[in-house]
Amino acid sequence: MSDNIDNIIVDTATRIFQDLCEPATINNAETGVWPKALWDALEESGLPLAWVPEALGGPGATMADGFAVLRAAGRFAVPAPLAETLMAGWLLARAGITAPAGAMTLAPVHADGHITLDREGRLSGRARRVPFARNAGHFAVLVRRGGVPAVALVADAGVAVSHQQSLSGEPRDTVSFDGVVPETVAPVELDEDVIQRLGAAVRSQQMAGALEKILEQSVQWALDRSQFGRPIAKFQAVQHNLAALAGEVAAAGAAADLAAEACTGTEIGTAEIAIAKVRAGEAAGSGAAIAHQVHGAMGFTYEHTLHHATRRLWAWREEFGNEAVWATRLGRMVAERGADQLWPFITEAS
Amino acid sequence: MSTSFRFDPAELPPAAEELRQEVRAFLRQEAEAGTYSPHDGKGGFSREFSRKVGARGWIGMTWPKKYGGHERSQLERYVVTEELLAAHAPTRAHSTADRQSGPVILRYGQEEVRQRILPRIAAGELCFCIGLSEPNSGSDVFAASTRATKTDGGWLVNGRKIWTSNAHQADYMIALLRTSPPTKENRRHGLTQFLVEMKTPGITTRPIINLVGGHDFNEVVFDDAFLPDSHLIGEVDMAWKQATDELAYERSGPDRWIETLAALTELVRVAGEEPSERMAEGIGRQIAHLATLRRMSLSVAGMLQAGKTPAVEAAVVKDLGTNFEQALPDKVRLLAPPPSDAQPDANDDRFEEALRYTTLIAPKLTIQGGTREVLRGIIARGLGLR
Repeated sequence: MSDNIDNIIVDTATRIFQDLCEPATINNAETGVWPKALWDALEESGLPLAWVPEALGGPGATMADGFAVLRAAGRFAVPAPLAETLMAGWLLARAGITAPAGAMTLAPVHADGHITLDREGRLSGRARRVPFARNAGHFAVLVRRGGVPAVALVADAGVAVSHQQSLSGEPRDTVSFDGVVPETVAPVELDEDVIQRLGAAVRSQQMAGALEKILEQSVQWALDRSQFGRPIAKFQAVQHNLAALAGEVAAAGAAADLAAEACTGTEIGTAEIAIAKVRAGEAAGSGAAIAHQVHGAMGFTYEHTLHHATRRLWAWREEFGNEAVWATRLGRMVAERGADQLWPFITEAS
Repeated sequence: MSTSFRFDPAELPPAAEELRQEVRAFLRQEAEAGTYSPHDGKGGFSREFSRKVGARGWIGMTWPKKYGGHERSQLERYVVTEELLAAHAPTRAHSTADRQSGPVILRYGQEEVRQRILPRIAAGELCFCIGLSEPNSGSDVFAASTRATKTDGGWLVNGRKIWTSNAHQADYMIALLRTSPPTKENRRHGLTQFLVEMKTPGITTRPIINLVGGHDFNEVVFDDAFLPDSHLIGEVDMAWKQATDELAYERSGPDRWIETLAALTELVRVAGEEPSERMAEGIGRQIAHLATLRRMSLSVAGMLQAGKTPAVEAAVVKDLGTNFEQALPDKVRLLAPPPSDAQPDANDDRFEEALRYTTLIAPKLTIQGGTREVLRGIIARGLGLR
């Protein structure tokens, strides 16, 4: 992100992460210990509701600010629903619903998600792999009411949650909304795949941050670790691998920025997000592989922190549509426009 | 501490977007007039086309007006470059001069040479080649041994250059010549840049046919060829200081990821409006890479505009870009419809030719203008590893 963006917000976030998101915090979160100090500091700063406009009682930060914070959160492997609360706040705001305090998440997260609201105002449906569902005080749910899309604010009481984890050890729970009555419901003019699109943009940004982190770690490791009488950084094979990693990190960052720019308070640009999710997703895989290779056996241990980033990369690339899903969508967009429009498509979408 | 390289977005001003439409209109016009074939996919050599591009003010765009330039921005120049390249327009007669040789003369050439040569480059009248590689010095540029020996009023050149693209069609060469031996402190000391007129007696150019059957490469032999004093570029023995800027110019543009684009474009054409899921996915994958590369190139253009010399960032884009364009024909191949006994139509023929050509040129893409290994060494140095 450019230097010109208001850095106070990012600086605040970064300082909180530096102080309160230590390796022990991340590991403890994996065993179910809620990172209270970290989350409380985030809530106090107003960051989780950054995308809620002032008119609805939020800080009214720009989309760009929020994405910059998410990049930092990715870098620090924040084991808390910051991204999810941001997205929930955005979704609620689109429906004119005031966001509550506390951790939130959104549902459904799968493309075939289907939560309905009946005439008695009761929800029915189930959503799987909902991030941090067990920690959420509220859910922002995209529902169909009489076939028309709406957003429902649902309190956690009465919502059945069964626990599962992602590859990174973070909660990805199955949530049953059957029989639950929302606190508020409001219609919204949004495509059904809006959660997929926003989620893809968000995960791209988080992946870009995690990739920056593993590049930093890998370079430092190569300089510190000596074998055969010299730092392994002096071996050409290692240098070339790290150069390739740097390229992937740069590409993921550029692509994530592209997606972020395509998201405004009201619009979520599909082409840019597809480009980002494919490119960042690919970089996640190839980048994690290089980082682990450079780190050798030490990087394969639980004690070393490399896996905090790499396991999240492996998890995040699969969420809100993986590379195959978004590439197919992107390919269809291009094919529909035709070969002579391929180049104009590129200049418009990048 | 941040090791990551930044590719901040470069915003194109409205003037640049208007310029883009102008270039597209020009290309449509020329295609209709039959000056070039937009479906050729190869980008060729045409002095006439280069003169037309020059007449539109699209060569030497950022140079001072007093040297025939147009004092336009790097971003505007970028837009023109990418549109001409994406259309595979025949720019080879002027692209080297515009991209590298002209800027070197502008920066380091003597005033008389600047005044004489630069306006003619900008007019699209001159073709330049680059005399760097020799039989014993390719990646190891500073091991060059073709000698320039001081004589009355100038220098005498003896030796040979190889892999010299377009030497057979060029009016001039910018050559890297040895004027002194290297020193213990600096193995790069002793090389000097010179302007060489290709018609100079004592210069013989011999073709080297490539595996595509094309004549692009040459061997250029110097036998007591005389260069006047005025053709010295920069300082004697100091070419190593002058080289760095060139890298940012040469290494960051769309020409480093666009050379095999025709394979993808023609695949999309034969795929039709409703391709199979597999084909759509395959196309989308490549589009994601392409769009990201374009954004990064544009970002580097923005850095150049801001007066920076993003040498490492340019190397990153070139490494990513050339690896992408090299792998593209093979990816396209595996997405293509299987060969058939049905009668091929014009689109099928064009696709087959695009795939054939791009497959054959693929190996050179990570060799020309700085090998992958050299680029990764530059990036590694930028990471603080060397």
